[in-house]
Parts: sequence; C-alpha cells; structure tokens
Amino acid sequence: MFTFPLATMYFYSLTDNAGVINMDELTDVDKAKMERDQKKIEVKLERWMTSKCCTEFMEAVQAGVEEDTLVKGIAEDKNPFKELKGGCVVC
Amino acid sequence: MGEMEELRKEADNLKDQITEARKVVQDTTLQEAVAGTTLVGRVQLKTRKTLRGHLAKIYAMHWGTDTNCSKLCVSASQDGKLIVWDTLTTNKVNAIPLKSSWVMTCAYAPSGNMVACGGLDNMCSIYNLKGKDGNVKVMRELAAHTGYLSCCRFLNDSEIITSSGDCTCILWDIETGTEKTIFAGHLGDCMSLAVSPDFKMFISGACDFTAKLWDIREATCRQTFSGHESDINAIGFFPNGNAVITGSDDATCKLYDLRADQELITYQDSGIMCGVTSLAASLSGRLLLAGYDDFNVNIWDMLKAERVGVLAGHDNRVSCIGVSSDGMACCTGSWDSFLKIWN
Repeated sequence: MFTFPLATMYFYSLTDNAGVINMDELTDVDKAKMERDQKKIEVKLERWMTSKCCTEFMEAVQAGVEEDTLVKGIAEDKNPFKELKGGCVVC
Repeated sequence: MGEMEELRKEADNLKDQITEARKVVQDTTLQEAVAGTTLVGRVQLKTRKTLRGHLAKIYAMHWGTDTNCSKLCVSASQDGKLIVWDTLTTNKVNAIPLKSSWVMTCAYAPSGNMVACGGLDNMCSIYNLKGKDGNVKVMRELAAHTGYLSCCRFLNDSEIITSSGDCTCILWDIETGTEKTIFAGHLGDCMSLAVSPDFKMFISGACDFTAKLWDIREATCRQTFSGHESDINAIGFFPNGNAVITGSDDATCKLYDLRADQELITYQDSGIMCGVTSLAASLSGRLLLAGYDDFNVNIWDMLKAERVGVLAGHDNRVSCIGVSSDGMACCTGSWDSFLKIWN
C-alpha cells in the first residue's frame, strides 16, 4: 500500500491555488489520520486552572457592565433609536 | 489490527488523555465561582424600530462596525435581496438584487466599503458599496466550496473567511478571487463562524457537534470543543476574545474558555426544547441573547446562567441576531420578513 506521509500537511495548509479539498473524496483512512494528527496537536496544549479563568471572566464582565446599554437601559432622550418626533403633517 | 482500527485506537487514546488533562485543571466550576454575585436585573427591551421591506424569510444580518456605519446593518433574504439599512431612520441605503436568491449569510466589511453574501450557490459574492458611479456591483465571486455557504466574515477589504456545508472553511484573497488557506477537520457541515476581536483566530461550529478554534496565519486548528448533543448552528466570541459561545439544535448554549480548553457553563432550561438558531453577546458580555426556533429570543445572565428576559415580537423563527458594535441596540431578523431593533 502506498501512503503519502505529507498528506496530513496538505490538508491543514493549502496556499497558491493548490486546489480544493473535497471531503467526499477523502477516504475513511484519510479522515482517521487527520483526526489522529489533530489530537496529537491538541493533547500538548497548556491549560489554565478553571478558577483563574472564572475569575478573569467575572472581572471582564463586571468591568464593562456599567457602559452596557442593554443591561443598564438608556434614558429616552439619550436613546438614538427613540421615536423621531417633530416635523409637520401636510394635509 | 487493520490501519483504520489502529488509527481509531490512537485517536481515542489521545482523546482520553485530553479529557484527563481538562479534568486536572478543573478546580472549580463557573457556578461555584459566581455563587456570591447577584443576578442581573430583569431585562425588558422594547422594539424601537421595525425594518420593513424584505418579501420573504430573512436568513442573516450583520451590523457595520466602522464609526461611519455603526448604525448601519445589512440583511439577506430569500426574496433575493441584500438590503443595507440605516437603523436610525429605517431607510434603505442600498437594495442589492442577487443572482441567486438562495442566500444563507451576509457580512459587512469592517471598513464599511463592502458587503458579502452566499448560500446554496456555493459561492461568496463580494459587493463594492463605494463604486465610483454610485451603483453597487458584484466585485468578486469566490467559488471553490463544494457545498452551501453557511457563513462569511471579512478580516479586511482584501480577505474574507467563509464556512461551508462541504465541512471546510476557507480564507480568501478577494483581489485575486482565490483560496489562500483551506481549514479542514470538521466531520460535518460547518454552520457558522466568528472572528476573534484581534483578527488572529476564528472559530467554527459544525454539524459534527464540535466547535474548532483556528489560527488564521498558522493555518492550524488549535483546539476542539465538544459537549453539544446536536448540530452547532451559531457561534460567537465573548467580547474579550478569551471565550467562545455556541448555540445548538440540542436547545442549549455553551460557554467554552479558550485557556482552560473546556466548557465553563451551559445555558439551558427544561422548558426550552427547541434549537438555538443565532446568538450575540451584549457589549460587556453580561448578557447572552439567543434566538430559538420557537420564535423567541431568550436573554441569559451569562454569569448566573439564568434567563432574565425574553424578546417576543416576531411571528416566525428568529434566524439571526446581532448587537451593534457600540452595544446600544440589538437587531433580530426573522422568517416573518422583518428586522427589529431593540434596546
């Protein structure tokens, strides 16, 4: 059986009109190789403790909430989307 | 053992290692962490404007971001038109007839100079809004996908990213009309994509129930997020770019943190049994607005994962939702052919 060791590189990075990947044309073995190679990359990720992430998440939200119109609301006269009043009726 | 079996075994082994590595860093849940915070007050938004003009289902909308067009938005309908709206006056700035009426997505370039759309024609068509003679014309037709165009987002005036029913996403060079990079890896139709606030990454949600984080320049998939039990229809970045929000046919939305590489919380309610079609976060990220198949938009407190409001006003499925770049309003688009502006 003839295998293409560079095949996995091909699937992740194509440049200069190298062509289209037609997923329908990939064999099950090709897809399984892609998955396996992708998981090899992902397993090496350095992960943060969720406590640190949660704290940062909460801080990010609290930091912006005072300026968040959808949370705080907006005074009628300051609302750019208010009903356009004025003008006149021509009979 | 056959090659297939060996590959599967290797992949499963690696997946188990990843699951373990995620558990190791899970020293708290978001629910525990926010136990001391108060639920945000009930959110009651009113319809301020109704944008009337489309004659068929609206499938997509996108706000302009540049300061000259922060109150402009573009919408796409299967009546075969793209309409650019001035949301303050409800006037139509442009009404662009499309070659193919089977449109599923539209996008506004950050500069405000172009819009793009695509759908069952498998192409992404780019329109120049600032042509010399004032007419809006097709600038490029980006053709290479072998499946429908589900979503598109501009990086700048010369690059756009598309997602497709052919399971891939593509980064295009608009000038030459050719593919720069093909992002393959999803095992199901890609339904939605979102670009990170710093424009270095993008995320895609697909019918393989996963979301993937891609490095645009390195052309690699960095992370894959699972957990959903059905197709992911909608995806977005949390405003600071450190987390991803997904919406699925499994009736839930999920928040995944990029640094912890895992889900922090699920937004679900036993009373909600229909799929999520669209989502958008408010400016601070405190609120998650999600459109559902039951014609409503539910508003969630993103910290406490509780519903704090509902936008009820459409007579059919809410297909698209967006929050303006200054956070002042949200826009919903529906199969009832109307767009509504709320705040």
